[in-house]
Amino acid sequence: MNRIIKIIFLDILKNKIVLGYTLILALLSWSSFGLEDNSAKGLLTILNVILFTVPLVSILFATIYLYNSSEFIELLLSQPIKRKKIWLSLFLGLSLSMVAAFFIGAGIPLLINAPDSVGLMMVIVGCLISLVFVALAFLSSILTRDKAKGIGISIMSWLFFALLFDGLVLFLLFQFSDYPIEKAMVAVTAFSPIDLARIQILLQLDVSAMMGYTGAIFKDFFGTAIGLSVSFLLLCLWVIIPFWVSLEKFKNKDL
Amino acid sequence: MIEIKNIFKKFGKLEVLNDVNLTFSKGECIALIGPNGCGKTTLIKSILGMVIPTKGDILFDKKSILNKYKYRDQIGYMPQIGRYPDYMTVVQIIEMIKKIRNSDEVLDEDLIKAFELEKIFDKQMRTLSGGTTQKVSAILAFLFNPQVLILDEPTAGLDPLASEILKEKIIKEREKGKLILITSHLLSELDDMISQIIFMQDGKVHFHKSISDLLESTNEQKISKAIAKILKSESHEQNH
Repeated sequence: MNRIIKIIFLDILKNKIVLGYTLILALLSWSSFGLEDNSAKGLLTILNVILFTVPLVSILFATIYLYNSSEFIELLLSQPIKRKKIWLSLFLGLSLSMVAAFFIGAGIPLLINAPDSVGLMMVIVGCLISLVFVALAFLSSILTRDKAKGIGISIMSWLFFALLFDGLVLFLLFQFSDYPIEKAMVAVTAFSPIDLARIQILLQLDVSAMMGYTGAIFKDFFGTAIGLSVSFLLLCLWVIIPFWVSLEKFKNKDL
Repeated sequence: MIEIKNIFKKFGKLEVLNDVNLTFSKGECIALIGPNGCGKTTLIKSILGMVIPTKGDILFDKKSILNKYKYRDQIGYMPQIGRYPDYMTVVQIIEMIKKIRNSDEVLDEDLIKAFELEKIFDKQMRTLSGGTTQKVSAILAFLFNPQVLILDEPTAGLDPLASEILKEKIIKEREKGKLILITSHLLSELDDMISQIIFMQDGKVHFHKSISDLLESTNEQKISKAIAKILKSESHEQNH
């Protein structure tokens, strides 16, 4: 397996897009810390990067890469390699490079400028969000053979999780504001990895009111160690479940 | 060596393979012929595990291949249209496959010399012509000395010189006692290579005969004429 991961990883590193992504992340992080004398403001800028840019780049790049390597997958399949191994190697190669790009671009400035629990949490959550959206890319690219459709599904899912979901939650809160639905709303956030990430960081940061409405409401619920580990676990499930579904589909795919 | 038992394959509503039963044994060179879309490539891809049959089983050395992968060690496959990562060079592709196979067999590099491929080792795959890509596919199929060779339209797109080289290579490998499966439309090309012939139509096996049987029963010298005669006599029967 290591051999295939290495081949994929080197192939992605040769791709200039990942390099550009790393540079842009680094530029954003260093400048947001440099412009403000208050590191909390810099952290907020990077939070927005984690919640919007990282998912978008991860899901789009992974989807396009998967479609472009259909020839490579076909070539591997005629060799004595397990299907599971091919798919897993692709996943590990892609997530490794996205996580590496995030870590080098945003993780290092974070750890240097905010060397506390907030900075550390942001690095961990950013890496997890990269993984979640790479896994979602695997799911959307296995759903259809058509490249344009697959990329469309990817963009739609990013749009849904990054923008629409929060609006939907807000809508529900206003519609049912007469009822005690706060606890139910906690469960609803589990359906969006971006909201989970937002909550985890907001718990460390004292600016919940500035972020989405969901963030403000749920601060009370996830304030405990149990709440933190539950949301962490849910993020991990967001990686495992989409990838596992795509793996099962890939095992029975005709090429 | 390979046994195909009651294979069915449907793509949506389209039935591509319909109850196919075949046995291939060692030392044979078998041609798989039939009109376009009769299921030849699907049958080959099922043997390779790239297409998963809806029903039925395929045995390789008496063991089922479904959900297995190790048996592909023994197979060299040359696809109809070889598709390779665009930005890799010829030599990178060959090196990569060597690494992936990690085999300790003696490598068979005859074809690399015969096709004079060293000259274009540093070219990227996307710059190669269709015929040159076919040469790379052929080299990869023969490289690891596999017991079974599966060649899908091997000579299509090759120039006469290259296809002659490939034909000689196929005959040489057959004499070593390997099983060779060829699909082709050019019946005239097959004459001196093959020992058995399978004719498929609409996802079914029409007949599976040895060449000597075929020529004897039709009183012809050439495979192409013998096949034409059989098809003609059948359509004649249907008309009456």
